[in-house]
Amino acid sequence: MRKILILGATSAIATATARLLAAEGHELFLAARNAPALQALADDLRTRGVRRIGSAHFDAVQMGAYAALIESAAAALEGLDTAILAYGSLPDQATIQDDPERVAADLNANFVSAAALLTHLAARFERQGYGTIVAISSVAGDRGRAVNYVYGSAKAGLTAFLSGLRQRLWSKGIDVITIKPGFVDTPMTAGFQKGALWSTPHVVAAAIVRAMRSHQTTVYVPGFWRWIMPGIRALPERIFVRMRF
Amino acid sequence: MAGDLEKLSLRSGIGSWGRYPQQRHHLHVLWDRSRELPRFPAPALPYGRGRSYGDVCLNDGGVLLSTRGLDRFISLDDERGWLRCEAGLTFEQILGLIVPRGWFLPVTPGTRLATLGGAIANDVHGKNHHRVGSFGHFVRELELLRTDGQRLRCSRQQNAEWFAATIGGLGLTGLITWAELELKRIHNPWLIAQTIRFFDVDEFFALSADSERDYEYTVAWIDCTTRGRGLFMRANHAPPLDDLPPAPRAKRLRVPFTPPLALVNRATLMPFNAAYFWSHRARGAPELTHFDAFFYPLDALLEWNRLYGPRGFLQYQCVVPPGESAAITALLDWIGQRRAGSFLAVLKTFGDRAADGMLSFPRAGITLALDFPIVGPKTFALLTELDRIVLDAKGAIYPAKDARMPPAMFRAGFPASERFTPFIDPGLSSSFRRRVMH
Repeated sequence: MRKILILGATSAIATATARLLAAEGHELFLAARNAPALQALADDLRTRGVRRIGSAHFDAVQMGAYAALIESAAAALEGLDTAILAYGSLPDQATIQDDPERVAADLNANFVSAAALLTHLAARFERQGYGTIVAISSVAGDRGRAVNYVYGSAKAGLTAFLSGLRQRLWSKGIDVITIKPGFVDTPMTAGFQKGALWSTPHVVAAAIVRAMRSHQTTVYVPGFWRWIMPGIRALPERIFVRMRF
Repeated sequence: MAGDLEKLSLRSGIGSWGRYPQQRHHLHVLWDRSRELPRFPAPALPYGRGRSYGDVCLNDGGVLLSTRGLDRFISLDDERGWLRCEAGLTFEQILGLIVPRGWFLPVTPGTRLATLGGAIANDVHGKNHHRVGSFGHFVRELELLRTDGQRLRCSRQQNAEWFAATIGGLGLTGLITWAELELKRIHNPWLIAQTIRFFDVDEFFALSADSERDYEYTVAWIDCTTRGRGLFMRANHAPPLDDLPPAPRAKRLRVPFTPPLALVNRATLMPFNAAYFWSHRARGAPELTHFDAFFYPLDALLEWNRLYGPRGFLQYQCVVPPGESAAITALLDWIGQRRAGSFLAVLKTFGDRAADGMLSFPRAGITLALDFPIVGPKTFALLTELDRIVLDAKGAIYPAKDARMPPAMFRAGFPASERFTPFIDPGLSSSFRRRVMH
């Protein structure tokens, strides 16, 4: 049985993950910005029969509140051994790309805040000598593309941060797991045309739970991205700049 | 929150169970019941899983508000069996929670893939109608979210008129965000079910009359290629049992694609129906039957509607008042003469508990439901003939199954429809409303 903090718990992927974890008998502490949605999720999990649950308001831009949040999660669950970072925002690239402040704000929300949180969590888990960190990055971080490079560069930063953190904590027995979903049908992608490459929150959630159980390091979801992304990374820049996708 | 249609786009492929009519929609998925509905320049319509057959769940050229993201439980009172949850949950999802805790749906339609919201909006019925009434009778309370942002808590005590308009209200009075249901206690997931052959409609009525007092669930399958032979099924929930068989493994097949021609036609139907009929004993012994197999046999074949081919099918479900059994015989005769109809033909007597909804379909009498593969204009012509028989008997047609009834037929069957009109949300509409309700 784990004691799990979920940051950004009301996201579609986190919601599906929380349900699977609750069904496996784990204890959960939910943190999210949208108060009514947070309450609705807590009620849902309680009705489904979660063993123990707590929740608190969390806004990624309020970095000063991170330490207290982690403390209250650990207090409510009487310990903390797993943290899942599942929040993020997908800005509309075209509307922000010429606005330096919005670009910076987005990098803050998707990367800087995560780096700060991971630093808190790493210290705590290192001190206690055990723990698992799961963070949802994205295939968009594997190579910057014109259509979403603000989001993509934040996720690239997150992926690199997790990679380094994993290496640092490896010898301490602390798992750091990078989840890289492709296209997922969630509220974040409501405006997109969906095609054959699209996946569902439930598929990603199942992959997260599996990765936690089997101590995986980097997981592409669905798995076919593991074979597509190296190809995209390997494209020579001279060709890549001429492509439109 | 302003919804704009540029972000959405008209697309085909979202439909109803009969796969007719094929229409194009903008799809907007709802994820958060605490939010207001976006405003759209075109009318919208709440859409669950598209398990109604015709066009009550369609909104040609408009917006469908998909409720699949409204799938949260809110509370379960384990003493009284009161379940409160969001309206996009399917019966399958609800059963997954309640059956292990000793509860069951108070009324269930023949598929567990329908949503709670759809069940309320169509005031669905089940094999226990003769005992308990329809689904709406077990809705204690619901929240209605209007497109102008107003939220109405509706029950028999509070906003009672809105409640009556929304039960069976075809999704037109607003979005049902959540509802509270009164569940039924069970001891285990099993029923004791019995199947009995009958050779004509009179025999069916005799079996029905015989069984209604002692059996909670009754229904009959009829072979419409004959003059009304069929199989009568009756069941009760099993008592507490010491030795339960293991739950059957969920075997689910899927019809993988739509064949270019309907696989259901005259050539396949006669032998198939005969084989099905004769595969049962004259009077089967009562058998322990899992609820899945008893209530949802068709759900084992996912997307079976594809078997009717690219043109889809029409379902015709009518009810005629008690004593109008001659009308049922006339309908079956007419269908038999035209050698129309299909495998799925169901006959059931409704009890006399009056429904709570203004537009509810269930009412005292006999209900007959049949599928018709669409083979062209003659399919529609045949159903127009059936309308005449139903109309003469002062019967009604079930909107949830309909894609073709004329407005006059609707007005005759649903005399409260004028009283209903003021409750329609001005931001909502449906293809059914535009076709029939004027």
